[in-house]
Amino acid sequence: MLVLLFGIFLFQILRLYHTQETLNPTAAYYNTNTPSEVGAANVVTAIVVTYRGLDTLGEVTVLFLTAMILGYILRQGGREKTEKDTTSEILITAAKVLIPGSIVLGVYVFINGHLTPGGGFQGGAIIGTAITLMILADPLHSLRAALLHFVESMSGFFYIVIGLAGLIFAGGFLDNRILPAGQLGDLFSAGAIPLIYSLIGLKVGTEISSIISNINETGNNTVKL
Amino acid sequence: MSITIDKVALVLGMILMLVGLWGGFTRTNLLKIILSFSIFDTGLNILIVALGYLPGRTAPIIDGVVVAADNLATRAIDPVPQALVLTAIVIGFGVTALMLVYAMKLNQHRKSLDINHYTDLKW
Repeated sequence: MLVLLFGIFLFQILRLYHTQETLNPTAAYYNTNTPSEVGAANVVTAIVVTYRGLDTLGEVTVLFLTAMILGYILRQGGREKTEKDTTSEILITAAKVLIPGSIVLGVYVFINGHLTPGGGFQGGAIIGTAITLMILADPLHSLRAALLHFVESMSGFFYIVIGLAGLIFAGGFLDNRILPAGQLGDLFSAGAIPLIYSLIGLKVGTEISSIISNINETGNNTVKL
Repeated sequence: MSITIDKVALVLGMILMLVGLWGGFTRTNLLKIILSFSIFDTGLNILIVALGYLPGRTAPIIDGVVVAADNLATRAIDPVPQALVLTAIVIGFGVTALMLVYAMKLNQHRKSLDINHYTDLKW
């Protein structure tokens, strides 16, 4: 019944919806001024990292909190190592081929976040996938949690430092103009955006990895659908 | 009312949202409820991206050929919904991970994933 009501509500939205013909003022502002103000070829990246940089900082914080809460909850129940099924030869071999490639792809995606579709979150998710594959192929081998936490804290720390540097040397918190804008379309352009997005990429990648490895190390194979 | 790609995407997103809502209300397995939330989330994201569509335009990325720096305002679509959806996807990931781990913990304690077995907060 409720679903039906919600369906009628959605249908009303659809009925009243008209395809836009021109950009609304906000979008027009971003599309007109991004090349000159930010110098990033990818407007979405410019919005996420520079215009709405504070929101992105909050978003990274949410992800960090999630990882932390999960680690806390999962460690409470003791960490008994249950024996796991040995993984198949196919998975182990395929993982050896795929992991280096996916990590390189992830790094490529977050370094080129200001030029091509993609960015820190997407690249970080790709790296997290590679780590997941590694854990799947070899469940008994545990990741070095200290290293993960170190990389994660350092990237978070330098993200804030870059933000504060923007406050001192440029127009405001997380302003990307602390570094020269460079030629539009070059790898080293758009000021601090590649740097910030790389840090976000590392942070998201390590956060996803630590979530996965926490879940793995709790050792619960009793879930049956 | 002509059929354009944004309307197709809108309808698809709405169908996914309805499927997710229905699943969330009718399933009893915790994992399936979480899956329904995820489907609802995906539908909502598709819907938001579809709202930013303008006919005959391309992605808001300067590539020098189709979209140069000076004609971005006339050739590119609305970038704001895409930036919002990027945020929404990340938050959705965090929420899903939390729900899955809670379900896992519940299963460890009570050996059940059926929502009907958890009546402590029911009145």
